[in-house]
Amino acid sequence: MKKELKLTVNGQPYELYVKPKTLLVQVLRDHLALTGTKRGCNESSCGACTVILNGMAVKSCSILALQADGGKVQTVEGLASGTKLHPIQRAFLDHGAFQCGFCTSGMLMVSTALLNENPKPTKEQIKEGIDGNICRCTGYNSIIRALTAVAKGEYKEGK
Amino acid sequence: MSSKYSVIGQRVHRVDGPEKVTGNAKYTFDLVLPSMLYGKILRSPYPHAKILSIDTSKAEKLIGVKGVVTGKDTLGKKQGIWRRFPELCDEEILCREKVRYIGDPVAAVAAIDEDTAEEALDLIEVEYEPLPAVYDPMEAIKEDAPQIHDGVELNINVTRHIEWGDVDEAFKKCDYIREDQYRCSSQAHMCMETHDAVASFDYSGKLTVWTSTQSAYYIQALLAGMLDLREGDVRVIKPHTGGGFGSKFELDSSQFCACILSMKLCKPVKIVLTREEEFTATKRRTPMYYYLKLGAKKDGILLAKEARVITDGGAYTGMGATALYLTGFFSSFPYKYPNYRYDGYRVYTNTGPTSAMRGFGAPQAVFAGESQLDMLAEHLGIDPVEIRRKNGMTPNYEVPGQAYIQSCGLHQCLDEIDKHIKKRGKLPPNRGIGIAAYGFMSGGIFNWFDTPYAFSSALIRINIDGKVDLFTGACEIGQGSDTTLSMICAEELGIRLEDIRIHAGDTGICPPDLGSWGSRETLMNGNAVKMAAADAKSQLMEFAAAKMGVNITYDLDIKDRWIHIVNRPERGVSYFDIVKQAIRGRDGEAIIGRGHYTPHRKGMISPAYSFGLQAAEVDVDPETGRYKLINVTTAHESGTVINPVGIEGQLEGAIMMAGGYGFCEDQPMDDGKILNPSIADYKLIRSVDMPETEILEIDTYEPEGPFGAKEAGEGLTNPTAGAIANAVYNAVGVRITDLPITPEKVLRALKEKEKKGKKSK
Repeated sequence: MKKELKLTVNGQPYELYVKPKTLLVQVLRDHLALTGTKRGCNESSCGACTVILNGMAVKSCSILALQADGGKVQTVEGLASGTKLHPIQRAFLDHGAFQCGFCTSGMLMVSTALLNENPKPTKEQIKEGIDGNICRCTGYNSIIRALTAVAKGEYKEGK
Repeated sequence: MSSKYSVIGQRVHRVDGPEKVTGNAKYTFDLVLPSMLYGKILRSPYPHAKILSIDTSKAEKLIGVKGVVTGKDTLGKKQGIWRRFPELCDEEILCREKVRYIGDPVAAVAAIDEDTAEEALDLIEVEYEPLPAVYDPMEAIKEDAPQIHDGVELNINVTRHIEWGDVDEAFKKCDYIREDQYRCSSQAHMCMETHDAVASFDYSGKLTVWTSTQSAYYIQALLAGMLDLREGDVRVIKPHTGGGFGSKFELDSSQFCACILSMKLCKPVKIVLTREEEFTATKRRTPMYYYLKLGAKKDGILLAKEARVITDGGAYTGMGATALYLTGFFSSFPYKYPNYRYDGYRVYTNTGPTSAMRGFGAPQAVFAGESQLDMLAEHLGIDPVEIRRKNGMTPNYEVPGQAYIQSCGLHQCLDEIDKHIKKRGKLPPNRGIGIAAYGFMSGGIFNWFDTPYAFSSALIRINIDGKVDLFTGACEIGQGSDTTLSMICAEELGIRLEDIRIHAGDTGICPPDLGSWGSRETLMNGNAVKMAAADAKSQLMEFAAAKMGVNITYDLDIKDRWIHIVNRPERGVSYFDIVKQAIRGRDGEAIIGRGHYTPHRKGMISPAYSFGLQAAEVDVDPETGRYKLINVTTAHESGTVINPVGIEGQLEGAIMMAGGYGFCEDQPMDDGKILNPSIADYKLIRSVDMPETEILEIDTYEPEGPFGAKEAGEGLTNPTAGAIANAVYNAVGVRITDLPITPEKVLRALKEKEKKGKKSK
């Protein structure tokens, strides 16, 4: 039996009917066509599905959609303002912090949550902060450099 | 970097960057077509069994199921990339009579959604007769071992022999000879996007396939062969692709099963492999048993080397025959052995097939060879850098009967790493630096595929507004070929990167290219793109020269959209104006440039080779055997650097992957079953484990490459496992000869060493 689900995604309120076993990632990708969020393992091990739910980075393959009922979700599609990229997105571009791009959405979201919580993380805190997200291409160091640059204020408005 | 280039060597954003950082880039995984069905594949739970019967009737009756296929629905052909060697094409994909590993496909279902397809798999009844199975190539090669493929004696799939000089005579002249054995483990490619495909067969008999692949052209040709279609009726489109690393240039089960189902139903069918299938039922790095004999004079000059290798082939040939050859070839790298002999045997076992993976046989060769070279140097009392200096390859060196090396910066790399090691100074206890030297090819010359096409080709069209469409079969899989090729195109044409729009990896609109494997795209497709751009440029120049009325002795060139006289750059005209006028002057025909490249007379392996030396520093805890990678510094030469951000990414990514190969990645098995088929259980180097990385770029120029460039992709995967092995030895004095070098192995070896030390006292 389907149940009602109310969710605000990237500022847009939605009302949906979903099966109880539907995962948050399925709602985002299959119901709302927000395919920026990926699924790499379906068991909360790779982090490609990371989104921000009520301010916290979560792996959307391991959360039932109904657990997020009434919540606010931010996905990668909600990072840029119109055509203006978020500082972390710009830093990723400048530092070549991605290659195939499949982990990138999740990596951006875990990074956003990390910097929202701690705008001046140390290198070790950055490493630990993104530890749950796997990237098979970059070797992480470019991601760490990008986030360090953001933390240093190199991507503030006007810069 | 020389300032003579305006695009090459610049730190640019990837051309696919904005799409990727906004989540807007569409992968095969993201595609949904109207009336699309979802497919799932049923796989063998047995490592070796006869298929007695398959009953699909219950599955077909399940509401929502639209079709079920088995081997009977195929033409019964066996696939493989070996079109020149049909006996090596040994994989049916949908097995008809026999399964040979846990994961071999036996049936596939298409249904209205994934859940229904999954449910239907449980309703398919397959009756098997289990057969005796064998999992270790050393066992499989014995007389009484079960035979995995009919007519293949001792399960020997392929043998390879390489030889030059007189090895036996040379060993007689050596002052010191050592014989050692090494074992190289398997490794999963672990692409973030699992293998997937959307196949759409239409009523006019044409098949379109969107798929995550390293070679749209191979998949087109292989599907046409397996499905009895004309190549022109199969269009393969590669959307953004979530990694490959060697696992995605053969035909795979998601592609084939989606096509068979779509052809049966005339509806689009999508199949995405689960992560578990990705671990258990796609190909993997080839495990190898290495025997090495190495002989030198007292002064450290190497006289002879002999390598005998048995590789675990798993159930099918895959690309394993090439890995077998290349591991033998790269066992001689990067040194000048006057006498060398290699014998390799690839043996079938009832395990998941092994195949190409980044480095393609070379990381195994380098781990074994560089471990042994350090052991030999220690015995002779020669510094590890010094022994490599004494024997290292130099420019314009010929590997007898195999390869001709033009550019080679190995000795500069040795100098740089020597400085680096000295700079690190005296290390604290239990810390050590180990080095490993390597080389790699810039694309293979092999044509086992028997392609009648040029190995690489490109086409460019200059539009009326000066914007250039670049069409190439090269496949961007994350390694950065779209960016690198666009940069080459912009440089040659004298325009800006933003003037180029690249269309790649779509067989319907792009000229063929063998794809992204063997580190071939920068050199091979780069040459094709450069030629196409030069062709278009010459057409513009004809018009510009006429228009400008320049003296016939003057040369024209284009820089930053300005067509000018080379010696008088101020005398010129706008690129945009000339394009407009030229097209009008040609009766409205757009300017089309064509380029292609096939290596000719470049030896047997590759038109060019990159070289490097890597130093890994580890810190070992002798109480637990655990160790940390502290720093990995690489002196690398890849000719002219086209895309510096790309090279940094390749290098750091290679350290994560090759460091993992040395450090922790493995696929332990029990009776042919992989015990860790999940990311939670498959140990990878994560962000917290990553060492500091440093790249010391060595300037060389490769005459065969576009603007002097050569490969910078796979070669970087070769040294790390060997460098770690040598570093652990230098830190705590234990030599680990089987990969991966886990804390358990280090601890065991330390205890063993302690015991021996006590005994000898």
